Amino acid sequence: MTTENTWQTICPTSDLVKNSGVCALLANEEQVALFQVGNDTVYAVSNFDPFGKANVLYRGLIGETKGDIYVASPLLKQRFVLNSGVCLDDDTFAIKTYETRVTDGKLEIFG
Amino acid sequence: MSTQPQKIVVVGNGMVGHHFVDEMAKHEGYEITVLSAEDRLAYDRVHLSEYFSGKTADDLAMTTPAYYNEIGVNFFTNAKVTNIDKAAKVVTTEAGETYAYDKLVMATGSYPFVPPIPGKERDHCLVYRTIQDLEDIQASAKAGKVGVVVGGGLLGLEAANALKELGLQTHVVEFAPQLMGVQLDKDGGALLRSMIEGIGVQVHTQKATNEIVDGEECVHRMNFADGSHLETDVILFSAGIRPYDNLAREFDLAVGERGGIVVDNYCKTSDESIYAIGECALWNNFIFGLVAPGYTMAKVTADNIIGGERQFTGADMSTKLKLMGMDVGSIGDAHARTEGCKSYVYSNEPDQIYKKIVVSPDGKELIGAVLVGDTSEYDSLLQYALNGIELPENPDGLILPSSGEKPTLGVDALPDTATICSCLNVTKGDIIAAIDCGAVDVGEVKSSTKAATGCGGCAALLKKVTDHELEKRGVEISTDLCEHFAYSRVELFHIVQAEQIKTFDLLVEKHGSGLGCEICKPAAASILASVWNDYILKPDHVSLQDTNDIFLGNMQKDGTYSVVPRMPGGEVTPDKLIVIGEVAKEYNLYTKVTGGQRIDLFGARVDQLPAIWKRLIDAGMETGHAYGKSLRTVKSCVGSTWCRYGQQDSMAMAIYLEDRYKGLRSPHKIKFAVSGCTRECAEAQSKDIGIIATENGWNLYVSGNGGMKPRHGDLFATDLDDETLIKYIDRYLMFYVRTADRLTRTSVWLDNLEGGLAYMEKIVKDDHLGINAELEKQMQNVVDTYQCEWKTTIESEEQLKRFRQFVNSDTVDGNIEFVTERDQIRPAQGEEKKYGVKIQAVDLTPA
Repeated sequence: MTTENTWQTICPTSDLVKNSGVCALLANEEQVALFQVGNDTVYAVSNFDPFGKANVLYRGLIGETKGDIYVASPLLKQRFVLNSGVCLDDDTFAIKTYETRVTDGKLEIFG
Repeated sequence: MSTQPQKIVVVGNGMVGHHFVDEMAKHEGYEITVLSAEDRLAYDRVHLSEYFSGKTADDLAMTTPAYYNEIGVNFFTNAKVTNIDKAAKVVTTEAGETYAYDKLVMATGSYPFVPPIPGKERDHCLVYRTIQDLEDIQASAKAGKVGVVVGGGLLGLEAANALKELGLQTHVVEFAPQLMGVQLDKDGGALLRSMIEGIGVQVHTQKATNEIVDGEECVHRMNFADGSHLETDVILFSAGIRPYDNLAREFDLAVGERGGIVVDNYCKTSDESIYAIGECALWNNFIFGLVAPGYTMAKVTADNIIGGERQFTGADMSTKLKLMGMDVGSIGDAHARTEGCKSYVYSNEPDQIYKKIVVSPDGKELIGAVLVGDTSEYDSLLQYALNGIELPENPDGLILPSSGEKPTLGVDALPDTATICSCLNVTKGDIIAAIDCGAVDVGEVKSSTKAATGCGGCAALLKKVTDHELEKRGVEISTDLCEHFAYSRVELFHIVQAEQIKTFDLLVEKHGSGLGCEICKPAAASILASVWNDYILKPDHVSLQDTNDIFLGNMQKDGTYSVVPRMPGGEVTPDKLIVIGEVAKEYNLYTKVTGGQRIDLFGARVDQLPAIWKRLIDAGMETGHAYGKSLRTVKSCVGSTWCRYGQQDSMAMAIYLEDRYKGLRSPHKIKFAVSGCTRECAEAQSKDIGIIATENGWNLYVSGNGGMKPRHGDLFATDLDDETLIKYIDRYLMFYVRTADRLTRTSVWLDNLEGGLAYMEKIVKDDHLGINAELEKQMQNVVDTYQCEWKTTIESEEQLKRFRQFVNSDTVDGNIEFVTERDQIRPAQGEEKKYGVKIQAVDLTPA
């Protein structure tokens, strides 16, 4: 379909907002919601809310239940686990997740 | 077993066919193939009419190719089965593809019956069954003004509703003497008729259509047997359903005299390897035209295939529904046909309510009921009927308006076999089992039993049963805010105040656990703001803010925002109005006057917000906090400055109050109004704080509400001077802010407050708790530390960085698209995005 996935440099880690989200645009035009949780962990998931059908997940609240860290959609509050993409409120829905890493103070996404 | 998987082929992918797939896919060792003659996968036909109120085909979809892929189901659309070779166990589709099966499941559903009326095949004579039908109806409605539904049953009235939504002048033509003859008795049908006529749909009963010919005013003229006629542009036939059983007929499966594939208690047809389920199946000489029995058949079939012993033993056909906004319910023997049975009837013409219950000859059991206009007793009546629970001595008490003690059916009285959720067939016993397996609240019971996930009508009953069972086990029904805080909001408020806690991190570290969630974070943010009134987007607070607060705008369905500058008391200078107009024009924003006497600009992208606000602020305006759980507006009339009747200067008072309390964060939004005289043009009695001018000063009303549950405000104090009025409001509001649960308006808060209004009067007027000085001081602090959040935001480089769609690109979100309607933008919906133009059928623009 498209070319092979590669590591793409997105932004300096200082552009992330702690315990909240920002959004990145990948080379293939996919929108990725990035969440820095605590000081060290950055999660990356699709920015598209499959319920509300809008690119808004990066503006959702981060929450935690029984160890699962999730984002609650800002539209109708469906919760998506950040490391698996699974929807906690309707397990027939899941969103894409991406790998992230930090190199020389820059955040990179594999996508 | 490591042998070949059994091949299951399902013909048809309606709601029931899909439900079977879902059930079957739970089991290992089966290869499932779905063959659908339609061009799309299963969708929700029960809510089909919502297609006209804005739902898209995608919204109605019950499954997706991705989901079937994920659960390993093969599926083919446009794959109509044309041949069944029972001996070789192979089906063939129209395109000549063959599929071998071990078990074949027929879920072909039904089609609408069109009576053999000459002219029935004319253009714009349609049926109401599939999404394709809806699209045809939409297209026909565009060209016409009048629409007729032939058939006044349940589906016919749904269809009439659809025509009405499309803006057609709507008629219902019924052969029988009454509407919904299957479910309702004569009087119930008559009341429903008058209610439906009351909203402008004309009903014609006892009309047999002889022919449809060319009309004079409209496209068609329907000539009736009694010599009368009716002209119309669109005709929808909804005169019952007929099973799709042609495959069964052609390939020698037993079918009923009047159609339907004959099945036994295991849903097996006359062929050992073929099953039939849903509306194509004939069980006990009966076709079930509802979705719930179809789901039960799907379950029974899946169970039988894996070797289980479940049987289909019929289904309850009771229904409760909303038709064109009207409540209708029917249980069991609605027509009182059981020999020797007796009825009780309650009829209330002014309020348009009709209720009847039918009891067994010995008066002990409920065997039927009809409810029109008020179905609030449906759930408990159904439980009486389904479970044979003995009736109280005076059964009529069950349907009489409550005057004091009404005999209610305690959930304890329900046997374990009582069905709580009939969509997914969950019994009280299933709920108890879920609780015994460790479920500790309604959410967990819901996710393990799936109860209340169908139509949701049983949600209240489910909660009652769950809470009751938990209480029986000694579980206290928790008032904890959420899993992270074992405190109520009130308790957390006290903690924050007493311990001078200023951040969520410290609060959760000292008094909570985990990372927080979408419940406790915004609640804590609101408490911190009420007590300390910091800028809510400070790094310590930004991650706590909910959808609207986090970007200081009201997020709309497409992810854009609305912008509302404050306009105290609804007063605005022409210069400011011009700036608002210029901004709206420049950024192409949809513009609307709100109910709170100000102007709302819709459709701003997140990256446009700062520039828009800069323009407004430069022109002397400030944020209107339309996005916040905080003071919204103080509505007002012009009062004694202009009005001949005005008693006091309501305008000046409204502006003063709006300026005083703007920015106050509270458990929920707060609305005020000030009227200049008793004519009450500002509608102050429907507001949280309402003030009405008198000759001598001001009357204060509290805890009124419009919205979801209207409540007139209570008169709290009379003839107050300005100073006392402000003091009372300070105290009343701050006490509310301190003690209300999250997301509770002042109306519900007061209704639930122990001691109620009298208690509040004692606190506010008599300083009963000795805290008035403190309440006033706290309010004064909020007033003194006010800042316009948008002004602070646009002055901060750091903050502005957050207001963009992409951290690594200046492009904008291509998924946000608009179309034009009535000369302004609105979000593109569904297919409009693909084509870029408005394709909604209803255009109400005056010609």
